[in-house]
Amino acid sequence: MRGTRRFALSLLCGALMINCCGCASSKKSRTVKAGYDKDDPQTVTVEDKDYYTRFKGQNKSINVYNWGEYVADGSEEGMLDTNKEFEELTGIKINYTNFATNEELYAKLKGGAASYDVIIPSDYMISRLIKEGLLRKVDMQNIPNSKYIMDSFKGLEYDPEDEYSVAYTWGTVGIIYNKDLVGIEEEDIDWDILWNEDYKDQILMFDNPRDAFAIAELILGYSINTEDPDELRAAAAKLTEQKPLVQGYVMDEIFDKMGGGEALLAPYYAGDALMIMDDNEDLTFAVPKSGTNLFVDAMCIPSSSREPELAEMYINFMCEPDVAYANIDYIKYSTPHSAAYEMLDDEVKNSKISYPDDKFIKEKTTVFTNLTPEAAKQMQDLWTEMKSAEDKNSNRWFVPLFLIICFAIIIVVLIRRHIKAKRDIF
Amino acid sequence: MKTRIMAAPYLVWMSVFIVVPLLMVAYFAVTTDKGTFTVSYLADVGQYTNIFVRSIWLSVIATAICLVLAYPLAFMLSRMKKHHQGTMLMIIMLPMWMNFLLRTYAWMTLLGNNGIINYLLGLVGLGPYKLINTSGAVVLGMVYNYLPFMILPLYSVMEKIDRSVIEAASDLGSDPRSVLLRVIIPLSLPGVYSGITMVFVPCISTFIISRMLGGGSNLLIGDLIEMQFLGNSYNPHLGAAISLVLMAIVLVIMTVMNQFSPDDQVLI
Repeated sequence: MRGTRRFALSLLCGALMINCCGCASSKKSRTVKAGYDKDDPQTVTVEDKDYYTRFKGQNKSINVYNWGEYVADGSEEGMLDTNKEFEELTGIKINYTNFATNEELYAKLKGGAASYDVIIPSDYMISRLIKEGLLRKVDMQNIPNSKYIMDSFKGLEYDPEDEYSVAYTWGTVGIIYNKDLVGIEEEDIDWDILWNEDYKDQILMFDNPRDAFAIAELILGYSINTEDPDELRAAAAKLTEQKPLVQGYVMDEIFDKMGGGEALLAPYYAGDALMIMDDNEDLTFAVPKSGTNLFVDAMCIPSSSREPELAEMYINFMCEPDVAYANIDYIKYSTPHSAAYEMLDDEVKNSKISYPDDKFIKEKTTVFTNLTPEAAKQMQDLWTEMKSAEDKNSNRWFVPLFLIICFAIIIVVLIRRHIKAKRDIF
Repeated sequence: MKTRIMAAPYLVWMSVFIVVPLLMVAYFAVTTDKGTFTVSYLADVGQYTNIFVRSIWLSVIATAICLVLAYPLAFMLSRMKKHHQGTMLMIIMLPMWMNFLLRTYAWMTLLGNNGIINYLLGLVGLGPYKLINTSGAVVLGMVYNYLPFMILPLYSVMEKIDRSVIEAASDLGSDPRSVLLRVIIPLSLPGVYSGITMVFVPCISTFIISRMLGGGSNLLIGDLIEMQFLGNSYNPHLGAAISLVLMAIVLVIMTVMNQFSPDDQVLI
């Protein structure tokens, strides 16, 4: 989903350039820019050193499960290596692994095979995990740095009492598009452009039902958290209507498709859009005026955690202003951390992409909440139905042809057996 | 007795990692979260009939194309001088040394709207054509990725056809056509069957090819199963039920095919 496999993709790009002699020459290799100075390497100052060193020498370790490329990892000179810094400071070893979608994380937790201490799911998944008792309450007393989290990211719908989660990043969904060829100003972009016949085969669409349905629901004027069966059906019909115009349903492939100019329009997450725009200067990003989905990824502790106290320490460390700044500067998402926000460059702070104005956020954005199992199942079924719907013409031929072939084979088999049996008699 | 002891490691491996998981798939397919028996998941599979049909259809096409391409090639290969055979085999195997994902990914760049093929066509004033995100592209991906699995079994069987058998047929008055139909093809049938199995089965359960080259709108069974386990609709029971139905279909198809093969060459 968001910000994942960036590394894998750029690796693939590189390998491709060697393999097919510049067939990927239209793509620039992706580099992640970090705003650090060589002469001024990151240093971390923590407020209360004793808090962090109390477990030193006890040979402890924690399991952290996060999105791919979602912390500063020291991959460039001068950049902070968050996990290494934590290990050095506290003497606690981090086993760091990645997931690609909220659902993958859910499957791992639900399966119960692995034990994690810190996870970073998104809003709707957090409320689902809470409902199913898979998260444990976080003791905010042990996370003094949670004071830095902006008020607007406290008490959100997925965790109204702030008992289970500490916000890590947020962002909006918008449309990334080629401004020269589409010729519409950012302020005028709205979701219905993705249904515009003029851009047939130039539109990419989310390859996951939740985000795709949200767009259809926004156009139809429904809530993006609707559980009404009729509204869901109407949204699915809207998506089916769009299908002939869509070039492909993609997630991470969007980096290459939009970066390489394969398509003109695609809805995506703001943080990743910034990455794509680094690659292809023709692109811009706009948050549709009629409103959008606001997503929040937050740090939580699973109920199966063996070291909740250490997990709280890790979360607190991630909320240290220096660390939060280093992370956000690298991953380019928006931060809910007030001190880290203040440290950002003015250019970023005033960026409409990363930090839309408060009024817009309050009035026009909605956070996903968990759907009831019935609504989620209906959405999934409608989505599969929409995706597997063929163009009418070819669909009519599939089944009969297949049946005829099957019958033909069976008849041939029977005849052969018959002949053989006769032959054996003589 | 001795051979039995030597086979023991594999027998243990087979029972622990093949038979037990199979039983677990079957168990998951007919139980609910709470462990009670149900057939509702199997019934739910019915609504995906068109996905099943499409998967089988595309896999049949891909397998047929593989067979048509591989058969003459394998025959030619088996009649070559020994040291040339080695070189040719290496060339055929070469793409398989590269990661599967990467090979499919390369096709994405080739077939794209701004890809190399459309670019070259554009130079002579044609196109651009919509090549990627079609079912044709999915079949192409299958053929490209699984062709070696068709060539190798065919080759290994044909290599064993004694040249003198063919010469004898010609000496006894067969024209080239009947040599092919009555000598070479019957003798190579075991290779054809194992080739078909080795191509058809991975084709029908693939998911990454259809996602990368089909643009997410040519859903195959593999995609459907993946969605149940790692995707947005987390439902291992339905996933297991779909897998079970898929296994049954493959089994039926293979049984039908076995009817053609000589009695001592039964595959299943």
